[in-house]
Amino acid sequence: MTLAMATPDTNLDLWLAQQTDKSLLRFLTCGSVDDGKSTLIGRLLYDSQLILDDQLASLKKESHNRTVGDEGIDFSLLVDGLAAEREQGITIDVAYRFFSTDKRKFIVADTPGHEQYTRNMATGASNADLALLLVDARKGLLTQTRRHSFILSLVGVKHVVLVVNKIDLVDYDQAIFDKIEADYREFARDLGFQSLAAVPVSALRGDNILVNSERMPWFTGTPLVPYLETIEVAQDKAAQPFRFPVQWVNRPNLDFRGFSGTVAAGQVAVGDEVLVAASRKPARVARVVTMDGDLDSAIAGQAVTLVLDREIDVSRGDVLAHPGAVPEFSNQFQARLVWMNDEPAYQGRSYLLKVGSQTVPATITDIKFRTNVNTLEHVAANKLDLNEVGTVTIATDRAIAFDPYADNPLTGGFILIDRLSNATLAAGTISFGLRRAQNLTYQSFDVNRQVRAEQKGQEAQIVWFTGLSGSGKSTIANLLEKRLTAEGRHCYILDGDNVRHGLNKDLGFTEAARVENIRRVAEVARLMADAGLIVLVSFISPFEKERQLAREIAGDIRFTEVYVDTSLAVAEQRDPKGLYAKARRGEIKNFTGIDSPFEVPTAPDLTLHGGQEEPAAMADKLHDWLKI
Amino acid sequence: MMYSIGKDSSVLLHLARKAFFPSKIPFPLLHVDTTFKFKEMIAFRDRTAEEYGFDLITHTNADGVRDGINPFDHGSSRYTDIMKTAALRQALNAGRYDAAIGGARRDEEKSRAKERVFSHRNASHAWDPKNQRPELWRTFNTRLNPGESMRVFPISNWTELDVWTYIYDQNIPIVPLYFAKPRPVVERSGTLIMVDDERLPLEAGEAPRLETVRFRTLGCYPLTGAIRSDAADLPSIIMEMQASRTSEREGRLIDSDSVGSMEKKKQEGYF
Repeated sequence: MTLAMATPDTNLDLWLAQQTDKSLLRFLTCGSVDDGKSTLIGRLLYDSQLILDDQLASLKKESHNRTVGDEGIDFSLLVDGLAAEREQGITIDVAYRFFSTDKRKFIVADTPGHEQYTRNMATGASNADLALLLVDARKGLLTQTRRHSFILSLVGVKHVVLVVNKIDLVDYDQAIFDKIEADYREFARDLGFQSLAAVPVSALRGDNILVNSERMPWFTGTPLVPYLETIEVAQDKAAQPFRFPVQWVNRPNLDFRGFSGTVAAGQVAVGDEVLVAASRKPARVARVVTMDGDLDSAIAGQAVTLVLDREIDVSRGDVLAHPGAVPEFSNQFQARLVWMNDEPAYQGRSYLLKVGSQTVPATITDIKFRTNVNTLEHVAANKLDLNEVGTVTIATDRAIAFDPYADNPLTGGFILIDRLSNATLAAGTISFGLRRAQNLTYQSFDVNRQVRAEQKGQEAQIVWFTGLSGSGKSTIANLLEKRLTAEGRHCYILDGDNVRHGLNKDLGFTEAARVENIRRVAEVARLMADAGLIVLVSFISPFEKERQLAREIAGDIRFTEVYVDTSLAVAEQRDPKGLYAKARRGEIKNFTGIDSPFEVPTAPDLTLHGGQEEPAAMADKLHDWLKI
Repeated sequence: MMYSIGKDSSVLLHLARKAFFPSKIPFPLLHVDTTFKFKEMIAFRDRTAEEYGFDLITHTNADGVRDGINPFDHGSSRYTDIMKTAALRQALNAGRYDAAIGGARRDEEKSRAKERVFSHRNASHAWDPKNQRPELWRTFNTRLNPGESMRVFPISNWTELDVWTYIYDQNIPIVPLYFAKPRPVVERSGTLIMVDDERLPLEAGEAPRLETVRFRTLGCYPLTGAIRSDAADLPSIIMEMQASRTSEREGRLIDSDSVGSMEKKKQEGYF
């Protein structure tokens, strides 16, 4: 060790104290493609001297044949880390960068501008306190500028800096800057931002980044970096109502049972009375346990293990709160959704919903409207496509604890997950709970399904036939019903065509209408089975998700999925109703097998091979299999 | 949990012990041993496992050992493919793990900066960077189809400085190779390679000499460059790092093979 480092501990402790005192600002850059987001971040890193020598050397090598500033560097190469991004010169996914100045530490998320990658922009925005919204001075506000603003507002980013970039390319013209700022303030009026500043910059040349640019004496506001160093964004999360989503039940031995998680809001102390949001069971906090010793209390952001003074039922997903300040608990709420998948959102389809550490099956019960991102107008919609934003009501299979998103993003933000592919389909923010859900309870009657079925000497159940039009579903169902009726059973056939003449005559053949068609039929089948009947449902039901939904609606009622596997060639050759011929002539749109897909069942209970066996043989086979 | 024995792994291990306290860490730690790790790393690994009593699984690619794969004859790229990437795949397949937790950070490298905290891998452990799941707030989608898995990076948003200051603040034990000490080294193309055992082939006229050096990152000794330094304790290391003008991965020979090489490795299943 050298002499100069003789007392590093004192130096270091001082220096470490300064580091700890520095606040952290998480921000994102967003805006349309080619507005220079990556270049701006590269500039911020370069000017705060965070580009190290080896990185600089490889950067200069790569900058050959690219648009460069005075330093001979294409700054965007610093953040566009994927091969595809460097090849195409665009940003596909959000990149995180870290830098610090004397006053503050920063984590910046560089998000993509292309519309198709909007979901990655939302990813970056969800953990940010502030947004730098870039606009190209030559182009002014674009659709993506507006879309990103709306998503910022939706995920609750409260502070926005409108960065009017490439001001050098319009000769540092104040009139252009003023017009863009005025346009944006008008657009953003109702988006609920707490602060909005506008700065004219050239990321490439470094104007108005660290200090006021001599080339724009007319701009008297704060340059970008000093603004980021000083803006106050902190929310006093410790002052909010206490929320503790339980992540894990900590049970090392029979003598210890604690609940581990991170305090999402508020604070808790030993001796506090808390209750479980779902069951309202109360207990007192006996200990706040950490590896470094017990604490007297814990505040928002701390990861601790709580031990309660008595044995109450608590498991992963439960939320602990103080009495008098409990979260909402309901199975219905209104929310805003950003749809993030190629396959659209439909009413009635079943998804998995995850909020905090709770995961439950959930259904979009109503798409109230879609929001036009350019005008913020509400547009009627029966589905949401990729990157569309809508306001919906959602029903969960069981009640969950939550807060409105505006009160607490950690207990009010959720994702929807596809039940088959497990893809993340949407991000949602809860607006408010629908209280009518709590007032509506199921009446239970003394005469129930078992009693009614026993009276008929049978087990009430649903047999669901799926297959192409003309595959032989109705023929087999008809033969089965005749045989069962002859044996003294009580059956009913729900047939696709017949139901569409009555109950479902308001529905067409779009994907959204097909979902609703199946949902209604599944509910009717459930009611009939509840009345004690054997229900035979003969429906094309081309989508795996709806067949799964039907099975879920059936609940504990026996449900048999029968796939009548008849090839398209055979079905089309039969064409009993002349429908295939019409579809081929283009007279019927969205016809299953022709211009609308049939998803082959992945796990049917029984497959019957139409076209290979006689209908009577197949009906007998099914009869034997069912053992009714 | 992946245990590479380095400083990031040491922090991760410390965090895991804290998270599950008073329970023990409920998952095993996996070390992929390429057979070319520094001897001091292996000693530290075994000492740490014994002290904290965690379940340690070590895996070495037996095929690679049989074929005598080494970084000298087969090149760093092929050696890494076989002894690290393929070995990791073997170990993860053998354990049928749903998730592997690692200490990678976004500030290390450009493709890492793009990766999610919960990073989805298909059945052949490949990363699809162009189609990552959106990841909002702290609400992670952890669901998998059969054969798929997750790589989880809890300290994604830590910087190298955060790691060092945390080690100092929490007094976390680390491998002594991070501290400066006279060590036998040879200099090749500007990189100082420590002669950790007799397997390192010396070129004609080349002789190891003692220099006071330390390591900013640890990996396989023939592929990890040392730096000349006097920093023999944590405060000196942190001070030195503050004054540094090169990134920590500069000493990693595998990263500089070509632009985008890390992304390519990750798509093939590298951590």
